[in-house]
Amino acid sequence: MASENGGLDPIHQFEIKTLFPMEFFGVDASFTNSTLYMVLAVGLSAAFLIFSMRGRALVPGRWQSVAEMMYEFIANLVRQILGTEGMKFFPLVFTLFIFVLFCNVIGLLPADLFGIIPIPHAFTVTSHIIVTFALAMLVMTVVVGYGLFKHGLGFFKLFIPDVPLVLLPILVPIEIISFLSRPISLSLRLFANMLAGHVAMKVFAGFIVSLGSLGTLGILASVMPFAIGVALTALEFLVAFLQAFVFATLTCIYLRDAMHPSH
Amino acid sequence: MAEKSNTTHTEVPADGHKAVFPPFDSSKFEAQLVWLAITFIILYVVISRMALPRIGEVLEERQDRIQRDMDEANRLKEETDKAIANYEEALATARQKANGIAEETRAKLKAEIDAEQKAVEEKISKKAESAENRIAKAKEEAFGEVNKIAQSTTATIVEKLVGAKLSDQDIEQALK
Repeated sequence: MASENGGLDPIHQFEIKTLFPMEFFGVDASFTNSTLYMVLAVGLSAAFLIFSMRGRALVPGRWQSVAEMMYEFIANLVRQILGTEGMKFFPLVFTLFIFVLFCNVIGLLPADLFGIIPIPHAFTVTSHIIVTFALAMLVMTVVVGYGLFKHGLGFFKLFIPDVPLVLLPILVPIEIISFLSRPISLSLRLFANMLAGHVAMKVFAGFIVSLGSLGTLGILASVMPFAIGVALTALEFLVAFLQAFVFATLTCIYLRDAMHPSH
Repeated sequence: MAEKSNTTHTEVPADGHKAVFPPFDSSKFEAQLVWLAITFIILYVVISRMALPRIGEVLEERQDRIQRDMDEANRLKEETDKAIANYEEALATARQKANGIAEETRAKLKAEIDAEQKAVEEKISKKAESAENRIAKAKEEAFGEVNKIAQSTTATIVEKLVGAKLSDQDIEQALK
């Protein structure tokens, strides 16, 4: 009965279940379903990136071309926004992109694909604000850290726009607020997209079940939410990729401020 | 499963845990952060140390190979162009040479023909001249004979008729 309830409740899929309770030095490090999907995302992406390039073929096969495409996609993004000198941030941006992309996409797969795992639902790591916020704070820490390391106090020129002196008292606080809100917008964007998408999919999937239990007419009517569910699934795959791309792009844009604070 | 759900149900009103929206459940933050840090650092190390250098190497190798092949192709094309230019030049000189030879031969033949013609003409004109000379001489001789015959005839006629013998001088005078 509990699982049936969970089956229709759109929020149930976001619940964190502890699989193996663990604790190190008083810090809760329990192995949860979230942990499992983080490990899956990292394991699959690392395996994909390494094994696809095993052949080192001059003319790439399918897997290798996908890995190369991702590499060039992010490399071009970093080069366009940060320039050649910004390529030192390429591994960070690429890791963020891959991690977010794999977490997003793996969360979309029906859990039955991993039938060996004793969890009824797939879990989306990025649908938790704490995870996306931690990633956003990582980006902001790198931005502030690199900015101070590279430019010293000159980094704070970032908050002084190139305008007449009279306007500065108004604009400097605005710049500071906009800078401080960056990690919030960066993390909320990803979190909200993932959360809303999965809730919507679950709601429509729930309609199919509810309508299906109403008899023949209900089964016929349930075609509608089913069609919407299929369309939403396709849309969610697009969103999963798009949000990873947006996260990587914004990371680059924020890093540009660290490299060139004086606009 | 059912039992667990039941226990949470009974406990819910007590500590108010059930009401928490899972993404905002701060009691689960710690474990998520710990594992996010562990997995993300592992992924970063694997990507920056293994995956990216390998992909970059392969891409660079391919770029080099393409560049090399392009250079080679350009070189070969240049060579071909040069060969074509050489061929065309050779063809042009050959044609010019052939024209020259033809011209020369024509001139030589013309000169030979001209010379021969001239020689033949000269020979003919010389022959004609000598023939004319001979004819003139014969004519003169013949006229000389006629005079002599006329003289002797006159002398004979006069002698027969008159019976006087005329001197040659007189006869000559008379016949003139």
